[in-house]
Formats: sequence, structure tokens, C-alpha cells
Amino acid sequence: MLTKRIIPCLDVTLDEAGGTVVKGVEFVDLKKAGDPVELAKRYNEQGADELVFLDITASHEGRGTMIDVIERTADEVFIPLTVGGGINTVEDIRQILRAGADKVTINTAAVKNPEFITEAADIFGSQCIVTSIDCRRNPVVDSPDRTVITLEDGTPAWYEVVIYGGRKPTGIDAVQWAKKVEELGSGEIMLTSMDRDGTYDGFDIPITRTLSEELDIPIIASGGVGNPEHMYGGFVDGKADAGLAASIFHFGEYTVGDVKEYLKKKGIPVRI
Amino acid sequence: MKKIVIIDYGLGNLRSVRKGLEHAGAEVVISKDPADVRDADGVILPGVGAFSDAMKNIVPFLDVIDEYVTSGRPMLGICLGQQLLMAHSEEGQKTTGLDLVSGHVVRFPHTGLKVPHMGWNSLTIEQDHPFFKNIPDGTFVYFVHSFYVDTDPAHTLASCEYGIRFAASVVNEAGNVIGTQFHPEKSGDMGLQMLRNFVNMC
Repeated sequence: MLTKRIIPCLDVTLDEAGGTVVKGVEFVDLKKAGDPVELAKRYNEQGADELVFLDITASHEGRGTMIDVIERTADEVFIPLTVGGGINTVEDIRQILRAGADKVTINTAAVKNPEFITEAADIFGSQCIVTSIDCRRNPVVDSPDRTVITLEDGTPAWYEVVIYGGRKPTGIDAVQWAKKVEELGSGEIMLTSMDRDGTYDGFDIPITRTLSEELDIPIIASGGVGNPEHMYGGFVDGKADAGLAASIFHFGEYTVGDVKEYLKKKGIPVRI
Repeated sequence: MKKIVIIDYGLGNLRSVRKGLEHAGAEVVISKDPADVRDADGVILPGVGAFSDAMKNIVPFLDVIDEYVTSGRPMLGICLGQQLLMAHSEEGQKTTGLDLVSGHVVRFPHTGLKVPHMGWNSLTIEQDHPFFKNIPDGTFVYFVHSFYVDTDPAHTLASCEYGIRFAASVVNEAGNVIGTQFHPEKSGDMGLQMLRNFVNMC
């Protein structure tokens, strides 16, 4: 039986010395708390099903060090690796895959130029191309063309795609965009609700469930996980195929193994 | 040291296969030169991407692969590499494959499940073979594919359930050509054990 995937996410940035660190890591017992490769190894040992590296610096300088991080990780960690952040060209993808990554996520570049998804999928295969969709709830339904979703409290809203790390609204309907992304050849969607990201309130269930039900490609739910119950909610109520989390793992509150044990007890198929 | 040649006929991540085989103690050559296959102890047919593109790119290797396989030395096709071992595929235009293992490639039927089949799923080992030595039944491995291999039980080394039961691993009559629909190089310690088993077969 296909298992639900638990995916720790590492937001990688540059420190003053130009070295890579993972944002927000507070493991006290790691030799170098912020070293992405050390952390990747740790999560692999805990039973992570995949790892996502997001290059939040996404600078030219940062790209080179990111490639180095991927190479060093891929030499020791034999599970799927996904890399995102500032991917704009076919050449960017080629470099990242060559370094040992299996998939890339594209986000802003896809919104600005949707054909980029098709171009990349034709060259590297759909399975390599994960489209990352960041969205935000918008309670003002300003057009009959909006996909209206009923929120937890019964009020209607539509979900708007946002780019540049959530700073810029686009006016694009997230459900329609997700369907288009699937048509364009994306193999998977990583869905982040900016209303939940960093809140510890759990996944945004209404949008997660809508996309999971309406699309044929897998949905990775992201944003808001504060405990194992939230993962359970993402799989059962949100019908997600995979759950991504950062902080709960980085702070050492829960290991990947803890989350999987919890899910297994509750009857969710996981790889243990 | 065993010399394993990874045939480089396309794009994507070959680094993990290489590292996995190196972990198993092999000398690994990633090659675009068919001549490298002649003195190989083992050959890997990796693969991501589209069947027809891969068949086009592999044309320069066709003769040398035939010769190599006839010699009885081991070859492992991974993911699309397993599909290429078949007679033909229905992906895109109907395309002819290497026809080294009996069977053909078809798309997952609509069963209400997501396609691609992506993630960790468990294996049912159907036959004894050195490739699955020390691999327990039920082992989880990593899959990502939209097409699967339709073959008969005699050529199925391991199967997997995703709406239907399909061949997760195949073998030819002689036992030297094997395929895995999953990625051993992305399947953690158990995947590394399979790569070690492959190196030991060489």
C-alpha cells in the first residue's frame, strides 16, 4: 500500500561567512546546529520519506553553495531530494538534478511564465517538476469566476496565489491555477497556505482538500504543522498525499519517527 | 574491483546511483561511449523521462547491449530503464523497446488513485533471486511513475499493489537482466542493499 509521506523542509540560507545554514534550527546536540547536510542525515535516520531544501537566499552566490549542499547530501542520504528557490531556467534545473536532486520546485517563475512548466517537464519528465503554490484566503469574492471554498466557520472565500514569498498577490485563483499547472505537465503540487505558515495551527484544510479532490497529481500539504495531529488532519481531512513541516522537526519537539508512530496508531499507512 | 557502467543517455540524477554503487564497493563509470560497455562487469540502464526520447538516445548502444546481455553478464534497468527492457510501450506513439524481457508498458488505468504513483510502497517478493538477497517481503521502496510493466509471473521478481498489482521488478529467462520500477538508489538502506546485491552478481 502506498504510504503517506512525511517531508521535513530545510530553509537554507547563507550566513555572514557565506556558509549555508538552515533557518530556525535549535537542535542543541548537533555539532553544527545549522549545517544542512548534518540535519538531512539526522532526518534520514529518523525515517523521513523525502527532504525538501528551499534556497531562501536564492542569490547567484547562494546557488553555488546550494549545489554543494545537495552534492554532499546526495552522497550520504539515499532518499528523494527536492530543491526549490529561485529556479528560473532549464539550466538551473539541470545543475540541481546533476548535483543529486530528484525534483525541483518552481513557484514565481511558473506564475510569470506558465510555459516554463511544460518546457521543464518535456525535458526532465513531469516527475521532476513540482509546482509550489503559495496562496492566501481572500474573503471578498469579487467575481463569479472565482472558485468559492467554504471555510471552517462556514464563510465563503477564494484562495489567491501569492508570489515572492507571499509578499505579492497575483489576482490568480489558486484552484484554477493548480488545475492549469497539472495540465501544463507538473508532476506534483506543493501547497502552502500563507495564512497558516508558521502558525502551528495546522494545515489549511479547505484548500488542501479541494485540490486533493479535484486534481489527479499528488498534493504535498505545507504550512502550519505544530504537532502530529495536524499531520493526521492533513491526510484524513485534507486528503493530502504528503505532509511537509519544518519547525516542529527543527526545534526537536518531535522526531519524524514520533510523527509516524502517531500516524500508524491512528491507522494511516506510513513507512516505518 | 567490479567495473559498473551507467549508461548516460539522457538527463536527470545519475549521482545517486553512482554513489550507491560506490558504497557497494564498485568502480563506477558514467558513460556516453558504447565501447565502455564491452568490458563492463555490470551495466545500469537508469532512466527518468519519456520512453521514446530514451529509445532515440540509446540507439548507439543497441548493438553493444545485445552483445553484452548475450554474454550473460548482469544488467539492471531502473524505473524507465525497466520499461525499456520491454518489447514496446504505449507511452506517446507506440514505441519499440529493447525487447530483452517479455512484456510491454502500459499506463495506469483510472482507478481513482493519483497518477503518477509517487512515494513509498511495499514489495511482495515473488521469486528467489540474488538481487533480493536479504531483502524481506514487505520492504518499502520509492516509486515515481505513470506507466508500468505488464508481464507474466515467470518474469516477475517482485510485485506491488497500486489499484492493480503490477511488476515492481522483472527478470529475463537467463536471470541476468533485471529491472526495478522503483528507485533502489532512493530507497534508503534496503535500496543500497539491492545495489550491493547487484554488484555481488557481477
